[in-house]
Amino acid sequence: MLGGYTFTDLGSIFVMQGFAGLILFSVFVLMALGLAIIFGQMGVINMAHGEFMILGAYVTYLTSTFFQAHLPGLFSIYFFVAIVLAFIASGIMGLIVEYVLIRHLYNRPLDTLLATWGLSLILQQAYRTIFGAREVGVELPQWMLGSWHATESIEIPINGMIIMALTILITIGVGFLMYKSRWGKNVRAVVQNRAIAGAVGIDTEKVDRYTFGIGCGIAGIAGAAFTMIGSTGPTSGQLYIVNAFLIVVFGGAQSLLGTIASAFTISQTQSTLEFFLSGSMAAVITLLAVVGLLMLRPQGLFTLKVRR
Amino acid sequence: MSLLSEEKDVSDSKNDLNSSRRQILKGMAALPAVGLMAPRAYAAAATSAVNTTGLAVTDTTVTVGILHSITGTMAISEIGAVEGEKLAIEQINAAGGVLGRQIKIIQEDGASDWPTFAEKAKKLLVVDKCASVYGCFTSASRKAVLPVFEQYNGMLYYPTFYEGLEQSKNVIYTGQEATQQTLAVLNWLGKEKHAKTFYFIGSDYIWPRTSNKIARKHIETALGGSVVGEDYFPLGSTQFASVINKIKLKKPDVIFSTVVGGSNVSLYKQMKAAGIDLSKQLLIALAVTEDETKGIGAENIAGAYTCMKYFQSIDTPENKTFVAAYKKMWGADAVIGDPQQAAYESPFLWKAACEKAGSFDIDKIAAASPGITMAAPEGEVKIHPNHHLWSKSRVARAKLDGQFEIVYTSELIEPNPFPKGYQ
Repeated sequence: MLGGYTFTDLGSIFVMQGFAGLILFSVFVLMALGLAIIFGQMGVINMAHGEFMILGAYVTYLTSTFFQAHLPGLFSIYFFVAIVLAFIASGIMGLIVEYVLIRHLYNRPLDTLLATWGLSLILQQAYRTIFGAREVGVELPQWMLGSWHATESIEIPINGMIIMALTILITIGVGFLMYKSRWGKNVRAVVQNRAIAGAVGIDTEKVDRYTFGIGCGIAGIAGAAFTMIGSTGPTSGQLYIVNAFLIVVFGGAQSLLGTIASAFTISQTQSTLEFFLSGSMAAVITLLAVVGLLMLRPQGLFTLKVRR
Repeated sequence: MSLLSEEKDVSDSKNDLNSSRRQILKGMAALPAVGLMAPRAYAAAATSAVNTTGLAVTDTTVTVGILHSITGTMAISEIGAVEGEKLAIEQINAAGGVLGRQIKIIQEDGASDWPTFAEKAKKLLVVDKCASVYGCFTSASRKAVLPVFEQYNGMLYYPTFYEGLEQSKNVIYTGQEATQQTLAVLNWLGKEKHAKTFYFIGSDYIWPRTSNKIARKHIETALGGSVVGEDYFPLGSTQFASVINKIKLKKPDVIFSTVVGGSNVSLYKQMKAAGIDLSKQLLIALAVTEDETKGIGAENIAGAYTCMKYFQSIDTPENKTFVAAYKKMWGADAVIGDPQQAAYESPFLWKAACEKAGSFDIDKIAAASPGITMAAPEGEVKIHPNHHLWSKSRVARAKLDGQFEIVYTSELIEPNPFPKGYQ
């Protein structure tokens, strides 16, 4: 295996490959988090998750064009403004969708599946009409491009590190919201027993609405972050949706910890396999492994104990 | 949409004078540059003489079909082809039409879905009786419609560069086949850059795999080099960090990419982020045209090379006229890539074939096509008996403004869709 390579070469590749895995892990967590909240807490399978992400990406695009035209001096920090705006835009869109569409379909999981899938098609075509079928190029400030030279031969992508930092922040934020705040307590109460939660005075409808909104808002942040590493077009959301579902289902639908563990397992498997095999084969083997594990453990890696 | 009203017009057109005048006026309204004043180049021959097989030809009009995806994932690439075709048809109409008849368009949407392509192709041939169809983009969509065109004897003009290994009486391939594109760039790399080691990275479907098969054979036999890695990723992949590390480890002379679509954006952004400097590292991006460059971001791909038959920056009077006309019709910030130009050539090649054959009949056009030449924006092209085009290949380097700087232009290359010794 060493065949002709020096130890320093292999060492730096090993380090960079480790980072590649960690960055992939962050990307996976970020894309799955919003979906996990909605699916786990409300049982709604949101097929339009990818389109909420792309809304965030388009907001980033608009913000960057706005800053270029009107505030060129502040262009280097526009990205942080864009992330906040992306969260707000996708979140508000989520609230509206919940109010107009989703709340009529609770307890009918197959119908929400179809309705949100239809919604995803409508949104895709709307993006196509508004922004054109071509992908748009989101310009990034210079400092976010390129890589950081840790040593002579170790280069770590800067955008990857930004995504990692963002993921950590948001995960901590969501964890805090869910397990330390009053609102999180309400959400967990509704998940455990909707009827009793209602009976003790929790407004379950409101909890549902805001859960959906926050889930969508996080999708928007993910979309904004992914403008650094991927494409922004009407159907770009479809590129992420399969992986996002895979992670949520594998992790166990109702557990955020499960989502993180599953994102870690899948990303490490995939990134290691990709290094030794072709990309397609790596994807095949990862999927087979996930299918196999789900056959043994249909409820996913982690589950909440809920009395039914 | 005006096109829909045109379609209706054809179906209920009667032969009385009033309605046909109305038709022409409507056609005018849809295509503002059509000159009714333009002198008719041909005294229109009797319809019964030029159309013996029941195509949609009247004394004043002939109907053709456009079949591309204007929705779905392929729309990004195919909309440009539609633009090229419509521009050509408008110019032909303005110059008097084909055999004295104005061209009417029926457009269908393949919706990036291969069975839909087959269904719509059948509709265009059986219901609309289109005299020719301009369409398809991916090989999968072409393979889906091919049996339809052969069964109902239609004529398809296909604008994309593709993997070859196909030839049909019912298709004219106006893009390059794999040997024209791949071998030209490899020879250039061997001669000018003395490249010996290659790393293949591609999307996992027929075009990259077939092109790379040809490329590998050529590298190993003709160039005396070697392929140090070959990786394929599912269509739509967004994560390339691992393969970039592999490339860094192998240090190839050339990264040879046949990644297509949205994946391209991810690949080049991540390569740049990982510190691969395209001013030092040779990279061939075979599927990247001016059109894709917009989405990738010129700053991410500047310095990469590609090989196509057409670039917007070709410095000839024909091309300048074409670019100006294109921008006039589709907006000043429109960019033109290789398939758009090939799509633009198609209606002209059909017109020339009709005029050479003196007929709209498919069989006569198929027989008349070989040997037809055209002074296209890319330069002179000629239809080969195998229904592909003789064309020049050009190697060009991406610049920061999204355009390409041509560094090498080949001689006219004979199309060879079934290369011996490469399969």
